[in-house]
Parts: sequence; C-alpha cells; structure tokens
Amino acid sequence: MTSSEVQDNIIEEFSQFDDWMDKYNLLIDIGKELPVIDPKYKVKDFLIEGCQSKVWLYPKFDGKLITFTADSDAIITRGIVALLIKVLSNRSPQEIISTDLYFIDKIGLRQNLSPTRSNGLLSMVRQMKLYAMAYNVKNI
Amino acid sequence: MKDIAEIRADFPILNRKVYGKPLVYFDNGATTQKPQCVLDAVDEVYESYNGNIHRGVHFLSDMSSEAYEKAREKVRSFINADKREEIVFTSGTTGSINGIAFCFGEKYIKPGDEIILSQLEHHANIVPWQMMCERKGAVLRVIPINDNGEIILEEYYKLLSSKTRIVSVTQASNALGTILPVKEIIAAAHHINVPVLIDGAQGVQHGIVDVKTMESDFYVFSGHKIYGPNGIGILYGKEKWLSELPPFQGGGDMVDKVTFEKTTYNELPFKFEAGTMNYPAAIGLASALDYVSGIGRENIASREKELLSYATSRLSAIEGVNIYGTSEMKISTISFHIKDIHQYDTGMILDKMGIAVRTGTHCAQPVMDHYGIEGTVRASLCFYNTKEEIDTLAEGIEKVKSMFA
Repeated sequence: MTSSEVQDNIIEEFSQFDDWMDKYNLLIDIGKELPVIDPKYKVKDFLIEGCQSKVWLYPKFDGKLITFTADSDAIITRGIVALLIKVLSNRSPQEIISTDLYFIDKIGLRQNLSPTRSNGLLSMVRQMKLYAMAYNVKNI
Repeated sequence: MKDIAEIRADFPILNRKVYGKPLVYFDNGATTQKPQCVLDAVDEVYESYNGNIHRGVHFLSDMSSEAYEKAREKVRSFINADKREEIVFTSGTTGSINGIAFCFGEKYIKPGDEIILSQLEHHANIVPWQMMCERKGAVLRVIPINDNGEIILEEYYKLLSSKTRIVSVTQASNALGTILPVKEIIAAAHHINVPVLIDGAQGVQHGIVDVKTMESDFYVFSGHKIYGPNGIGILYGKEKWLSELPPFQGGGDMVDKVTFEKTTYNELPFKFEAGTMNYPAAIGLASALDYVSGIGRENIASREKELLSYATSRLSAIEGVNIYGTSEMKISTISFHIKDIHQYDTGMILDKMGIAVRTGTHCAQPVMDHYGIEGTVRASLCFYNTKEEIDTLAEGIEKVKSMFA
C-alpha cells in the first residue's frame, strides 16, 4: 500500500464516528497494534522531547527502508504514534521525507490534539522526518 | 450574596459548550474567566477614551491617566497597602518576580549570600532567583515539604541565617493547593531583618489579603487569575524597599531627566513603570476587584471551602484516585492521579466530556519530584463552579477508568 492509501484508510476508519469519545476509543485500539520498541531502546537517546507523555521512537534502516518501533507511557499518545508508524514505517527515507501527512487534519487530530507541547504530535512527525533525512544523506 | 445562577450569568463564557457538552471549567488556577463588567470596562477604554497615559495634554490622555490611577488606588485598597506609591503595575506575577529578583540582586546580593524559597514554588518563583544567583554567585536554599504537601517550618527556621538576604515563597501552592503559613514565615525572617516576598498568584483570589497585617515586604499577583484581563500584574512593595531599589527596566515615563551623561528617575511608583503600561488591562483589573468585592471575599472563601470539601470527598471515594496535597489548609485546588492511567490520557478524555483541567507538572517540577511522580491532573475550582460540575468530573473519572482499564 502507498502511504496515501494507508492515510485514506485511516480517514475512512475515523469517519465512521461522529462522537469524539468513539474516535478516541478507536485511537486507543490502534495503539494496541503499535509495533512495540525493544525495551533496550527505551532510553533517553530515543525519547522524543516536547511531549507531556513520554514517547520513545526507534528507527531501523536496512539500507533501503526505515522501520519504526515506538512506545509511550500514555495510551492515547501510543495511538497517535501508531498511526504515524502505519503511514511512515517500512518506507524509503525519500518517501518519508516527501509524504504529506494530510490524514492528521482530515481526522481532526490537529484541532483536537492541539499542536502545542502537550501532545507532541508535531515533535513525533519532525523526529521521524529527521531520521529519514539523516539516512537519506548517508545513502547518497 | 448573589445566588449561583446569577453569578454564573455574569460570566458569558460559562454558558458555552465544548464538543457539544456544557463547559465545566476547572482550570481556574491557570486563568480565571472574566465577568461581563470586566469585558465592558476594557471595551469602554478602547471605544470611548483611549489615549496614552501620563503623556498627552489632551482630553483622552487625561481620562485614561485618571482611570489608570484610580485602578492603582483600587488595588491599594484591595490589598490594604499604605500608599499608592507602593503599587506598581507589571505584566503579571512572573514580571513582578523577575523585576524584584533583578533589582534586589543588583542592589544587595554578594557572592555567598542566600535566598530562601520553598519546594512548593511555581517555576516563576524559582527561575528568576536562580538567574540572579548565577549572576551574583549567590545560593538558593529550599524549604522542604512533607507528604501532605506542607512546608516543614522547623526546617525553614534552620535555613534562616546571617547569610539570608531575602525569602520568597508562595501564598498557596499552584500544584497542590496548600496554603503556606506566611505570617510565621514573615515573622521569623523579620526577626533577623530579612525581607519577604509573597507570591500571591494563587492566594489573592481566594480570600482577604491584607499586606499590612501580613507584613510582607513584597506581594505580587496576576490580574488574569482574579477575574481580570491578561497582561497586567501587581508588584506591591513597602515604600522603604521600592525607594531603595533601582529600577529593573529603563524607558519612557520612568525618568525624571535624561541626558546622555546621566538619567535621574521618576518618583514612585513610576520609577518601575517603563514604557507604555497596559492601562486598559489595569482598568479592567479594577473592575474585576470591584466585582470580587461585590460578591464578597468572605463569601468567596466560604463557598470555595464548601466546593473543596465536596470535591475532596467525591474524588477520594473513587477507587484508584489518589489525591496529592492533603493539608487541612488548602485553596480550592485538587491535584490527583488515577492508578495506572497517565494524566495526559485522563485530561484528554475529560476534555472530550467538556471538562477543562490541567495535566502535567503545573510548572512546579520540584513538587512532583517530592512525590516521585511525573505529573498529576489538577482541578482548580473557584466560586462560580458548582457541585453538579464536581459530579460531572466524578463521572468523567469513572469513564476514564472504564476506557483505559
């Protein structure tokens, strides 16, 4: 699936619900599917700054694709990072850099998880793109 | 006293809904909502008499200046200061503390001198002193707290010494709600001729503040936490101190004569008010103080006490809820944590139910360190809140528990 197809699927899944509580229940369920980070990487080096809850994100690059694993001590945050991983993991650095994450707006995440330090959504996106840029440079 | 329906009708925002649910506003510790009279007072400045204060010779400037000075007088009488010269307008509590920490440091602090704070301080009453200590080679000493979230007075007495230059403590903890024994703190410091600054950001809105009987040397607070506009704060200082201290900002209006060789400063309180002050907010603050006096500060205190006691019993009856800050002496703030559920998750779900709380460390990380926790959920109530809203919070907590179990 292309990253756009994954995003479209997420948008469709969320569009089934009008009520915010239902959307959050879905987010909690999605968090349960998160590819969990190896505990040995749950250290400061892989901690994303700028979140009220702790988020660890570990990138693995096999020379072609980056796969991400992550975890958070807050369940909603785990759902958010799981969504980002669904869209961006297992893709080339170039693809990760150029992916426009339009699903964030479409499912209302941006308005409802304000882009402040409290949720760290933007920090997570920035960190994933930074890893991709770093591997992209290495790859040239 | 007005009944609760009348009080709530004074605050337009309390009628709104969020996510389709009636707003339950329990984040008054962060900022309070504004009654219509405050909104009107600020509007009126801009609509009918806006002119820069203390400068123009024209009608509007005169009118604004007069309203601004009346606001100063209102603040003076509200906290029972001796003189209007002792009331300085600032941008807020943070601005007031930064100002005093800076100029007090410049005037009096030498390497090795000590500043005493408590572990309950908001970062705004830590960082400015820390910055000054770094500049001057001084040292911060911290009054520890017990597990109820109360400062340990005996430890404070031990910290006081000939090296102590100033004590700066909060009137009430923003994170836990604990009210500090400021009279005892001040008396002990005065015994060795050390001045005390009281951070009234979480105190002034919850009861009667009388700087004369309190005998604090400095008392600071923010307008927006006492139903006034944002961007205005108060620095009260005894005249003796304000006369001795140098200004902390330079600019227009605070000067007497300016040449490139030497500037002499204006008299009190203008010496500390450089540049154009936020006079519309000061005028709005005066209206807020009138409003609070109209409701009656004893009435506010007793109503909030009732709300605190109801909320405490409702929340502590919920299995898994742990309340941090269990002092007998508290403002109407409850900090809590639900077992095994991250405070961020709790806050997000409560938000979707229309309940506004704060989550995290509340700008008071040393308090969290004491308990070895990373944060709490804080419900900070005030007199316009209701028992029904507390019931909604209790239901919300049950919902959170069911979602994250």
